[in-house]
Amino acid sequence: MSDDSIVVETTRRIFADLADPQTLTSATDDAWKAGLWSALEAAGLTLAWVPEAAGGAGAEMADGFDVLRISGQYAAPAPIAETLLAALTLARAGIALPEGAMTVGPIRDGDVLRLADGKITGRARAVPFAAEAAHLAAMVEDASGVAHVALIPLGEAAATARDADLGAARADLHFDGAVPAALAPAPADFGAEDFRRLGAVIRVQQMAGGLETALDLCTRYVQERVAFGKPIGKFQAVQQNLARLAGEVAAALTAASSSADTLARWTEGDADITPEDLFLECAAAKIRAGEAANEGAAIAHQAHGAIGFTNEYVLQRFTRTLFGWRDDFGGEARWALNLGNAMAARGADALWPALTRR
Amino acid sequence: MQTAIRFDPERLPPRTRALREEVREFLREEAAAGTFDPARAYKARGFDRGFSHRVAEKGWIGLTWPKKYGGQERSFLDRYVVSEEFTAACAPVGCHFVADRQSGPVIIRYAREEVKEEVLPKIIAGDACFCIGMSEPGSGSDLFAAATKAERVEGGFRVNGTKIWTSNAHRADYMIALFRTSAPTRENRRHGLTQFLVDMKTPGIKCSPIRNMAGGSEFNEVHFTDMFVPETMVLGEVDDAWKQATAELAYERSGPERFLDTYFVLTAMMKVLGENPDPRTAESLGRLVAQLHTMRRMSVSVAGMLEQGKEPVLEASIVKDLGTVWEQALPGRARDIAAFHDGSAPLGANAPSFEDVLDYATLVAPKLTIQGGTTEILRGIIARGLGLR
Repeated sequence: MSDDSIVVETTRRIFADLADPQTLTSATDDAWKAGLWSALEAAGLTLAWVPEAAGGAGAEMADGFDVLRISGQYAAPAPIAETLLAALTLARAGIALPEGAMTVGPIRDGDVLRLADGKITGRARAVPFAAEAAHLAAMVEDASGVAHVALIPLGEAAATARDADLGAARADLHFDGAVPAALAPAPADFGAEDFRRLGAVIRVQQMAGGLETALDLCTRYVQERVAFGKPIGKFQAVQQNLARLAGEVAAALTAASSSADTLARWTEGDADITPEDLFLECAAAKIRAGEAANEGAAIAHQAHGAIGFTNEYVLQRFTRTLFGWRDDFGGEARWALNLGNAMAARGADALWPALTRR
Repeated sequence: MQTAIRFDPERLPPRTRALREEVREFLREEAAAGTFDPARAYKARGFDRGFSHRVAEKGWIGLTWPKKYGGQERSFLDRYVVSEEFTAACAPVGCHFVADRQSGPVIIRYAREEVKEEVLPKIIAGDACFCIGMSEPGSGSDLFAAATKAERVEGGFRVNGTKIWTSNAHRADYMIALFRTSAPTRENRRHGLTQFLVDMKTPGIKCSPIRNMAGGSEFNEVHFTDMFVPETMVLGEVDDAWKQATAELAYERSGPERFLDTYFVLTAMMKVLGENPDPRTAESLGRLVAQLHTMRRMSVSVAGMLEQGKEPVLEASIVKDLGTVWEQALPGRARDIAAFHDGSAPLGANAPSFEDVLDYATLVAPKLTIQGGTTEILRGIIARGLGLR
């Protein structure tokens, strides 16, 4: 994680100035949204991964991943991750980028959008920021199973907001013969699997960032809150729980940095990374970061007592969002099933060589 | 604002691949020659001076140490590769492992020059086995309660007292021991302890073996009766050992042996599950692989920070906490995952069954979160790193 890059510094500053969690939690309206988004856009962060020739910032993959981890430290109140992924997906397929924020889909296991006669039908559950974005960049599948990239105006979807709010302003979208604004075959080097894998690694960065802040909130709170005559952080039981939380944060940070590094190198054509290496890194990262989100959120709430369960305190922004991110682009169980099957097929003696490739 | 935990994505440099292959080939040759039986090595974790000599001939002991003492000044990442290959294979490294990991570095940092020149080349040649004299019957996690006394006498110190849980003391050539040279002060209860290098052939040492619940007897109780230690064998400052302890802990706590001690159960389980496991089993296996992979990436990351000269004490403690809890839980999880499979068949010609492997791992698991710093102590250190203590 290259802390000193300009992209990272800019991102930190924008989020610190315009996305302070307490300010957002106390806000009585959504006026902050426009300010935050236009600052991110003006800095070129929303199109960081798009080549300059296609109207983007042409940033390194690694810089984009850093931006995403920082967005996670603020529970990502704007569709920065979704727009980054959407823009890269469209640009790879040679589709011109529309103005404004975008979202992506399908991102949940079992959802498929089918393409027939140039029209799209199917469902995409839990699409983030569906009401704020103007377009959906979608991986769709034709009758013979070939992947296409479609740019779909969100007005074409029947949207139902999710019942419970697990962050990211999600809605279930249904398409019934929707007409895309643009359509192109997915390129060989960026198909449905690449889309899902990149999406997973993006969420891992954000989960790691969210967990960093959860730990930060906990360490501050337990030093301020007094019970039985001393700050609760002086009690060993509380200290031991926060040490466990630090372990989960560390695991998520490692999953994030390791998978981001591997995927960035793979994208840049590093021949040293095999498809098996890439799969292990991304699967392990999504599984372990998801587990860290589970454990970490539980510990963070325990440390905060009842205040953490209130809407006025900021912890809920982070834990709700972490819960939602776990299930995007394949949950832990799905990735674990695939990873377990792959490792079993290669056999017990192949496990150690696979683990020690890097 | 963010808590300063860092795990950079360290990659072992490509040159380490040749080294790794060389280590694997060496282990294959040793197995073929009958030095150790890979199928049963998990149980032996052998102590074999001949093996350690041959490892030394390869130049794999003291790999990172200064050339003037016979070391090679190679990277800490090279050492990591050798160490993880030996650990995963359960190779019989008992004679040189402790010296290579921690005793040598302590001597390099704190011993007098003439002691370094005498002892370090012996370690590098595979001729010097070390044990660690820390715990006492009344002092375990609370190291500063150590009461074994070293009194000043003409030319050195006279030692009386008892150390306990000392692995390999009965066959070690040296001990690095913590003795009390002064009483603790009112202001600082850590004051008054001194580290010594003890030649185990010195008169006045008696080792009594302690059998453990898994059937092994590497443990010892070590009694010192009027044992003389020359002044020259003091390591670092008299009465100030507490200042010397912390940096080495990062080396001791973050290595591959902190999460691979029960790895053999995982591969044995995979053999029982076969190549086409049902979904429940496959998913459980996938989680274990993901957790292990992430642990290893954390450990490699700490190795990279050590190589850069940093002192990642917090990160190393996190690796040991997560790693030992994981390796301790592994036998129980393997037991559940493989519960609906027949684990009674031998896993190869002359090999034990999964049940045999699991039973043994179950018996050794309880010690994993105690040795080298208990979970509770580690979490206290992590809490201090978070600013809570």
